[in-house]
Amino acid sequence: MQTDTTTTGHVATGAAQLPQVTEPRNPGMALDMDWVRAAQANTSAIERRAGSLSGRRSLKKDHQAAWMLKAITCIDLTTLSGDDTAGRVRRLCAKAAHPVRADILDALGVSGITTGAVCVYHDMIEPAVAALQDTGIPVAAVSTGFPAGLSPFHLRLAEIGESVKAGAAEIDIVISRRHVLTGNWQALYNEMKAFREACGDAHVKAILATGELGSLRNVARASLVCMMAGADFIKTSTGKESVNATLPVSLVMIRAIRDYYDRTGYRVGYKPAGGISKAKDAVTYLTLIKDELGDRWLQPDLFRFGASSLLGDIERQLEHHVSGHYSAAHRHPIG
Amino acid sequence: MTVKDIFESMEYGPAPESAGEAMAWLERTNRSFGLFIDGQMTAPGEAFETKNPATGEVLATVTQSSPDDVERAVTAARKAQGKWAKLPGHARAKYLYALARLVQKHARLFAVLETLDNGKPIRESRDIDVPLVARHFYYHAGMAQLQDSELPDREALGVCGQIIPWNFPLLMLAWKIAPAIAMGNTVVLKPAEYTPLTALLFAQICQEAGLPKGVVNIVTGNGEVGEAIVSHEDIDKIAFTGSTEVGRIIRRATAGTGKSLTLELGGKSPYIVFDDADIDSAIEGLVDAIWFNQGQVCCAGSRLIVQEGIADRFYAKLRARMDGLRVGNPMDKSIDVGALVDPVQLETITRMVDASDEGDTYRAPCPLPDQGCFYPPTLITGLSPSSTLMQEEIFGPVLVATTFRTPTEAVQIANNTRYGLAATVWSENVNLALDIAPKLVAGVVWVNATNMFDAAAGFGGVRESGFGREGGWEGLMAYTKARGKTQALAPVAPIAAPKDASVDALDRTAKMFIGGKQARPDSGYSRPVWSPKGKLLGHVGLGSRKDIRNAVEAAHAAKGWSKTTGHLRAQILYYIAENLSARAEEFAHRINEMTGKRNGAREVEASVSRLFSYAAWADKYDGAAKPVPLRGVALAMHEPVGVIGAFCPDDAPLLGLVSLVAPAIAMGNRVVAVASDPYPLAATDFYQVLETSDLPAGVVNILTGPHADLAETMAGHLDVDAVWSQSGADLSAIVEHAAAGNLKRTWVNNARARDWSGKDGEGREMLAHATEVKTIWVPYGE
Repeated sequence: MQTDTTTTGHVATGAAQLPQVTEPRNPGMALDMDWVRAAQANTSAIERRAGSLSGRRSLKKDHQAAWMLKAITCIDLTTLSGDDTAGRVRRLCAKAAHPVRADILDALGVSGITTGAVCVYHDMIEPAVAALQDTGIPVAAVSTGFPAGLSPFHLRLAEIGESVKAGAAEIDIVISRRHVLTGNWQALYNEMKAFREACGDAHVKAILATGELGSLRNVARASLVCMMAGADFIKTSTGKESVNATLPVSLVMIRAIRDYYDRTGYRVGYKPAGGISKAKDAVTYLTLIKDELGDRWLQPDLFRFGASSLLGDIERQLEHHVSGHYSAAHRHPIG
Repeated sequence: MTVKDIFESMEYGPAPESAGEAMAWLERTNRSFGLFIDGQMTAPGEAFETKNPATGEVLATVTQSSPDDVERAVTAARKAQGKWAKLPGHARAKYLYALARLVQKHARLFAVLETLDNGKPIRESRDIDVPLVARHFYYHAGMAQLQDSELPDREALGVCGQIIPWNFPLLMLAWKIAPAIAMGNTVVLKPAEYTPLTALLFAQICQEAGLPKGVVNIVTGNGEVGEAIVSHEDIDKIAFTGSTEVGRIIRRATAGTGKSLTLELGGKSPYIVFDDADIDSAIEGLVDAIWFNQGQVCCAGSRLIVQEGIADRFYAKLRARMDGLRVGNPMDKSIDVGALVDPVQLETITRMVDASDEGDTYRAPCPLPDQGCFYPPTLITGLSPSSTLMQEEIFGPVLVATTFRTPTEAVQIANNTRYGLAATVWSENVNLALDIAPKLVAGVVWVNATNMFDAAAGFGGVRESGFGREGGWEGLMAYTKARGKTQALAPVAPIAAPKDASVDALDRTAKMFIGGKQARPDSGYSRPVWSPKGKLLGHVGLGSRKDIRNAVEAAHAAKGWSKTTGHLRAQILYYIAENLSARAEEFAHRINEMTGKRNGAREVEASVSRLFSYAAWADKYDGAAKPVPLRGVALAMHEPVGVIGAFCPDDAPLLGLVSLVAPAIAMGNRVVAVASDPYPLAATDFYQVLETSDLPAGVVNILTGPHADLAETMAGHLDVDAVWSQSGADLSAIVEHAAAGNLKRTWVNNARARDWSGKDGEGREMLAHATEVKTIWVPYGE
């Protein structure tokens, strides 16, 4: 077990975003192949549901502003670049702690808005944890040979341990896509279970890399297997695949989450990542979550956006809401 | 609520569409409308109010058309028709294109006005109705363009009276007007009393498009106006969409008048979910099936038939989905279910549901507005096919449910209805889905989808859901007729007994042919058949009700014929031709003896050729894959109509019989044919040919007797799917009137003659009468 005091210490600061604050963690269950094999996903029907969603739900005025603020609190503000430095990460963390200009928040009558987490590579955990000291914002680290997940298995497990030791409260693992593509569900289950155990008290988000799984049915089945193996969150993408988060994929994954909750009573979180950069899209995602999963999932302990540029668009929309004038990017501090 | 409160509760807020532009448009008309006749709006006459059903607010007053108004509209349409039809197709195409463009330019105004007048959610009028309206005009602009080259043998019917319902006011207008005017007809259209406003806005865009005056006329009012249209002598065609009850009245009213008729009526469409379906998607499909337009949809998937093993889980998930539906102000952009069209409709639905004490009723717990015509989404499970609510159309947001065990049982339950409009099948197994779809008695089947519509895909029903198709090439059959003039039919009387009879010693008694057996008439009566020269040729039985009953039973028993391949049917038709050819001289002699003419040999030769023609067609009357705007296919499959009663032409004793029976059986129908009344013996000889030709028993049944005595029984038989009358006796009125019972299809001659020996005697026209077009939508994708 890779648990260490850094992690628990961090959790103890009381970050509202962390699932165990209010929800019992998903302990997982035995692999139920009958259930996995019975999972279906009709692509065209799912696309129609996803396609009509933005026409069925519309948020206006104060409601739109409030929902956009909610979206901010669900953002895993992310930098996953080869040229990341401690300085760059500190800047990002500062933005995570103060994502919206104070005068805008004042005008909206809200305070204490932060992003859900900051998400970085392993080597950036320490500067991030240091920068976020006393903010309550957890640090998430991508792990297990992110993004391809093809490094030696023992090294992937060790990477989790190192990241947890370094202070990451959340570990975003990548699954071995080949297990899905070859229908080796037992191998996927075993891998996920090992990752979960390696995480200890840190929360584990299972990145399915849905853009590489070939079909929505595979997405549904992989979602179930990862939850059975104890994932706290399931997540669409690394952001590095050619197709990242989409509404149809999200629909499939959250329906799997709903089924898992109905059968086990455990709520697993959901994180779409990559490609969500517009405030309007973020609100559409939230309506999808509200209508398909329910209000309980509209909190950062059960829902996150993996996004880097979404915040900027929301800031501009919020200023427009407050001022009545369309805003400009340079009016908002960068991260 | 503050932003902070909303941030905590994450509730939806109001997202109202503005009614401003629509209200301004109404103000510009002083909220008072006349009629659109001869290209002009008339001064308002005796008026009635049209209201917003969500609020009760009066939107405008609209004119109740008088009989004189209808007269003026028909006169204007008649005056315009000749010139309109003579325009080159390209000229009409330009007008339809202009209408399509104008619908798009005024899309928002149309959508808002529709929602205000009808109560449907603005999302639906904005995202579904109005785009489909534009699509329909674009598509039929193309049809007008292609008419000259692709339909050279068809021409416009003339003046069309069109009566449309309130559930899709503008869309149904488009479905009616676009194909009609594309083909060169002119129209007098009556929108529903509850929802006249978008039709009146459409009148305005007809003016903006510069449409020649009189091509489109719009008369508003109640059912009396509809009656005036239906009974108007100078109208050539009635197209009606609405209730089965009114459709039946119209069928009777137009019987024997020579008017063409298409009816798109009610339904109780099955929605079948197999245990291998994507259940969540099937449930979402139900939202589009029964909670679309408040369930006020003729093809609504209103009968849920779910496989027993998954039923409980399915119902639980469905109830959870219902909990999330939002009912309320239809002008709100976040509303799933709007207002019913009128308090009368609310009262009807409430009464029907309250009258049932069967099953478990679940009402979605969504709050309803304090005022207006709102009914909660409702699910009634645990019903059986014998429950009233499983049989009767509710036309509201009420889903009824039962379970099945096997695919066969699913089909049996699905088809256990008087209706046959649409059906939905959910299964991830392509073998299962594509096996079930053809077995469902319906004009439209959606596989893993529901309520999909497109101008290229035919829409329409079978059984008591009506007849005729709207959309696609097949839809043009409803607005065109074969080119050319016809002659009045000359009745042929049986030859009377001569003063000096010449009787052969050996008695020959022709029997009837029922279920593959020679049968004596149930009546026990016969009549002699005399040659013009006074020779007794034999006796034939006088057919009666019971013989029709027996023959129809036999035809139903031969249902396996409808499942045979075209290749097999072709072989049997060739074989019949071969066996007839072998006895050509005998048949020629018989014909000559009966008619006293000398063309028997030619008639036999033509009959052999005709059998060859339909043997050829048996495996060549192709369906189509329609280019609908979706990833998937919409298959237009030609299916047999079922059991057809056919009154054969009197003047061509053999060729007339062959000309009706051959296309019918080539397409897989079973036939009860009534032989030429004056010259019946060629038909009764013909059954000996059938007996030696491997035709299964019951596929063709041949009766004899006076047509007029049998017509009412045949046309009134509730298990006969179509009746054709090409009799020398004019049975058109009797047949069409009696056909109203089960709204069977009819093909009557309206006392016009046809040259059975020429090209008008065979071909696609008959094949179209012998088939139903079933549109099977199969969206796909992995």
